[in-house]
Amino acid sequence: MTTLYTEDHEWLLIDGDVVTVGITDYAQSQLGDVVFVELPKVGRALKKAEAAAVVESVKAASDVYAPITGEVVAVNDALAAEPALVNSDADSKAWFFKIKIADKSELEGLMDADAYKAHTA
Amino acid sequence: MLATDKPSTLKQTPLHALHVARGGKMVPFAGYDMPVQYATGVLKEHLHTRAAAGLFDVSHMGQLTLRAKSGKLEDAALALEKLVPMDILALAPGRQRYAQFTNKAGGILDDLMVANFGDHLFLVVNAACKDEDEAHLRAHLSDTCIIETLPDRALIALQGPKAADVLAKFCPEAPAMKFMDAGPHQMNGIACFVSRSGYTGEDGYEISIPNDQAEALTSALLNHPDVLPIGLGARDSLRLEAGLCLYGHDIDTTTTPIEGGLNWSIQKSRRTGGARAGGFLGSDRILAELDGGAPRKRIGLLPEGRAPVREGVLLFADANSTESIGSVTSGGFGPSLGAPIAMGYLPNAQAADGTTVFAELRGQRMPMKVSPMPFVPHSYKR
Repeated sequence: MTTLYTEDHEWLLIDGDVVTVGITDYAQSQLGDVVFVELPKVGRALKKAEAAAVVESVKAASDVYAPITGEVVAVNDALAAEPALVNSDADSKAWFFKIKIADKSELEGLMDADAYKAHTA
Repeated sequence: MLATDKPSTLKQTPLHALHVARGGKMVPFAGYDMPVQYATGVLKEHLHTRAAAGLFDVSHMGQLTLRAKSGKLEDAALALEKLVPMDILALAPGRQRYAQFTNKAGGILDDLMVANFGDHLFLVVNAACKDEDEAHLRAHLSDTCIIETLPDRALIALQGPKAADVLAKFCPEAPAMKFMDAGPHQMNGIACFVSRSGYTGEDGYEISIPNDQAEALTSALLNHPDVLPIGLGARDSLRLEAGLCLYGHDIDTTTTPIEGGLNWSIQKSRRTGGARAGGFLGSDRILAELDGGAPRKRIGLLPEGRAPVREGVLLFADANSTESIGSVTSGGFGPSLGAPIAMGYLPNAQAADGTTVFAELRGQRMPMKVSPMPFVPHSYKR
């Protein structure tokens, strides 16, 4: 399994043809206390760069974009019930949704951990 | 998903270095580089202010004095009454009152605090309006009054249930002050102006300090274990829970004080039949609305789901109607309530408490209930 990153501060954990998507620890630290998360419906067809979920802090709302084209195959209901998970465990427990990858070539150009670290430095 | 652009021409308050040293996350606000939060975070800063004491830098706000050329306070009070629908003449020495500058159309130019300091009036106005307010005062009152701005003074607020205990060590008279008492007081030997007031719904104080002593006094207050520095993020969620208006959002030149639900701030003497009825800018419309009602009013809204409903979101009478009937002017998450809250404007027919209206959020209609404000009860020491 590989983890890749977008310039919009989403992470992608790739497991075969399914990718799990969340926002990075850097992103949560910039957002502050998360109080609401809205997730896409399972079965929704997402296009790359389309707004797929919403994450809201006390202060503001931000979109989470689909990093890749595909169908939503699972969403994290535990996160919707406890949005503060984004702040406490952005990299793991606070995953947002899983997409079945339509076109693997869209993964090209995403950053690896070192490149993402440089991106946020 | 994050914006980090920052203009480079921002002004700084005398406490700027202190914010940066304490880890303040600085953002542009009303032309100033201000802390939106510290490492504590908005949620905990909010809750700490309601549980103990929070310290806010509000030095970006405008401080002014108004003196009558005659030397008589009542002449300054009567002059100011031409620009606000409030009774300033009856404002006793050492007392402060909430006011609004109105325009000819009855709209609100700014909201402000006016204090009677014995031989002159002391005004605190919003940062974003302070230059226009000064020009407005000069244009209308220069023949009878001397208007001075006080750019040499910082302004901080200490808010929360422990504020009085904290201030007692610095200013022994502070705990005996009542809500809206205001005047000069020594604080740690520094010549301050102190009022028992604020913008959080909590008991607390606002303290005007000479710029060159602001950092020393603020640091001393922050050294108290009950006090944390609080950013603009929590200032906004605290005032929203308290049902208090944010100028430029909940009230502006398109809203009258009556539409804004600020009837309580207009004293009898300035109303129809009062000793000095009318005589302020926009009085025709404002008094007519006081007597006969305004077509719409500012109301509190509780979203039924968990999604915050924010400024600009349109409101509808039902789930399918195509014409919006109003909009949200402030909205977000209320940390003390653990739920989303909002305020906005609705026509009278839909403005009664308990009425369900619908917000259009990301293409969906979300039910919201019209609710009395404040959402969190005020705890002023009257």
